[in-house]
Amino acid sequence: MSVELKIRDVRKEYGSFAALNGVSLDIRQGELVALLGPSGSGKTTLLRAIAGLETLDGGKILFGDVDASSKSVQERNVGFVFQHYALFRHMTVFDNIAFGLRVRDKARRPSESAIKTKVLELLELIQLTGLEKRYPSQLSGGQRQRVALARALAIEPQVLLLDEPFGALDAQVRKDLRRWLRQIHQETGHTTVFVTHDQEEALELADRVAVLHKGDLQQIGTPDEIYDNPATPFVYAFIGESSAIPVTVQAGAAALDGAPLPVNGVSAQDGPARFFVRPQDVTVKELNGSSTVAGTVAALRRTGAYRRADIEVGARKTRVEALLPTNAPISVGDKVGLVFQRYALFPADSAPATA
Amino acid sequence: MSRTTFRTPSALPGFGLTFGFTWLWLTLIILLPLGGVILWAGSLGLERLAQIASDPRTLSALRVSFGLSLLAAVLNAVFGLILAWILTRYDFPGRRLVDAAVDLPFALPTAVAGIALAAIYAPNGWIGQWLPFKVAYTPLGIFVALVFIGLPFVVRTLQPVLTDLDRELEEASATLGADRPVTLLRVVLPTLFPALLTGFALAFARAVGEYGSVIFIAGNVPYVSEIAPLIIIMKLEEFDYGAATAVATIMLLISFALLLLINLLEAWTRRRLGHVR
Repeated sequence: MSVELKIRDVRKEYGSFAALNGVSLDIRQGELVALLGPSGSGKTTLLRAIAGLETLDGGKILFGDVDASSKSVQERNVGFVFQHYALFRHMTVFDNIAFGLRVRDKARRPSESAIKTKVLELLELIQLTGLEKRYPSQLSGGQRQRVALARALAIEPQVLLLDEPFGALDAQVRKDLRRWLRQIHQETGHTTVFVTHDQEEALELADRVAVLHKGDLQQIGTPDEIYDNPATPFVYAFIGESSAIPVTVQAGAAALDGAPLPVNGVSAQDGPARFFVRPQDVTVKELNGSSTVAGTVAALRRTGAYRRADIEVGARKTRVEALLPTNAPISVGDKVGLVFQRYALFPADSAPATA
Repeated sequence: MSRTTFRTPSALPGFGLTFGFTWLWLTLIILLPLGGVILWAGSLGLERLAQIASDPRTLSALRVSFGLSLLAAVLNAVFGLILAWILTRYDFPGRRLVDAAVDLPFALPTAVAGIALAAIYAPNGWIGQWLPFKVAYTPLGIFVALVFIGLPFVVRTLQPVLTDLDRELEEASATLGADRPVTLLRVVLPTLFPALLTGFALAFARAVGEYGSVIFIAGNVPYVSEIAPLIIIMKLEEFDYGAATAVATIMLLISFALLLLINLLEAWTRRRLGHVR
């Protein structure tokens, strides 16, 4: 039976390096949550800690109301799908999937016929019926991945954990598997956590996304919340595209290289700050006094259905990217006025934005 | 050899040259001397061959040689695996020293090893005096010497495989609920099995051919602790070259058959593991 997962102030250090810096996170029963972050953000460490593959240096992990922190890997009953599948090469697909049931102690082990029924059922779920006698070396990458998932599901895990589930697959297989995993999740309803560094994957697949950076949880929210209302400069820079403009805040107003910035609702403290805006939230207009920000078009690029413009603003010629229709009457060197639809201001001393 | 067994040469040149060189080398180093042995033995005639082969003293020596070599290889497979495991999995003070010491049986002149072992296991030796039974000058002594010279083969064959062994396999097994013994028995050991077989075969082959260390510790009692290579030497010393080559040929055939069997078994397990497609 699937359970709710509570992660409370979890810490993990490797020597002086803090892989997890006090992460707290609640994952609801049956929810599909992505742990998203660049490499070294601690996302895989957190996943392995939930499984019990890493010991904690602090904090607690609860499965439902049961503290799992002191339980061994074996006792936790988690389904873990490894990035490189970790299938047992000397066993057939059938034996791989049946492994978790067969190694149970006598009292809890299902009969061989019950195991067979269960394995065939799972093979149907992963759409590999008829391949049960194959060895892993005779399967494609996508098929191996599905066998790994079936093997994890066979033990009826309390929590399903997937480490970069599509990391080693090519683009098309990835897309198919992504859709398929979503479908399986709907059918089986396991509490599922998966790790990815691919934001598109996280935003498309997950109910909620947890963004990690350098061992800290930056934000957790629905894909919409994460994309539209990034809570930290890191999330702003890491998710989607954005331009960062160094500004100065004084008495509730922002200024770019001395010139006032026509934006409202500045709540940042006085001092240097950074102004974030996404390309699609920049509108390019005629220059119009103080209601627009003056800029010069420095470069134009065609990317698919849009035209992208690099526009230099302020005395230091900071570049801002804007997304324009392809027929926009604009050329390099034009003086234009910018209006920002949606944006955010963060104090400059907060964590540097590196994607 | 049929025409179809030749693989199409790849874009990288050199097949013809290396293939020719391989055969030349193999012929000079292995096939020619062995062919000579078999030819000489063959010239004796079947009756004389059968007579030599059925000599009870020779048969007893063959039994001692092959029996003890197999036993020694089995013991080496077990302890070599443990040693290789410890050397690759754990870091402890003196690990490099132990690692280097494993190679000593390779490098030591076998006579030195035999004399040293005989001295230690003799009834008045360092270890021998504490044992309630005799080791040196018995088949047990032969066994000790064969274990000594075979150990590095198992350790060195397993080490690279253990280093490459994916830790995730063991982790996957643990998340599926298998405790450590089950994981070792059902996940780790089957994965290592082909390499273990190779190490076993090498240790066995080395033990069968061993002479130097064994004769010093064996006591060389006819029908008890005589090894087949010793019979060959004895025949040579009697200038009975025909009989010597005949015994050699018998050893050759048995060894070849056993090694072939092990190789087939190994190829089969490897194929299952997906090494060969």
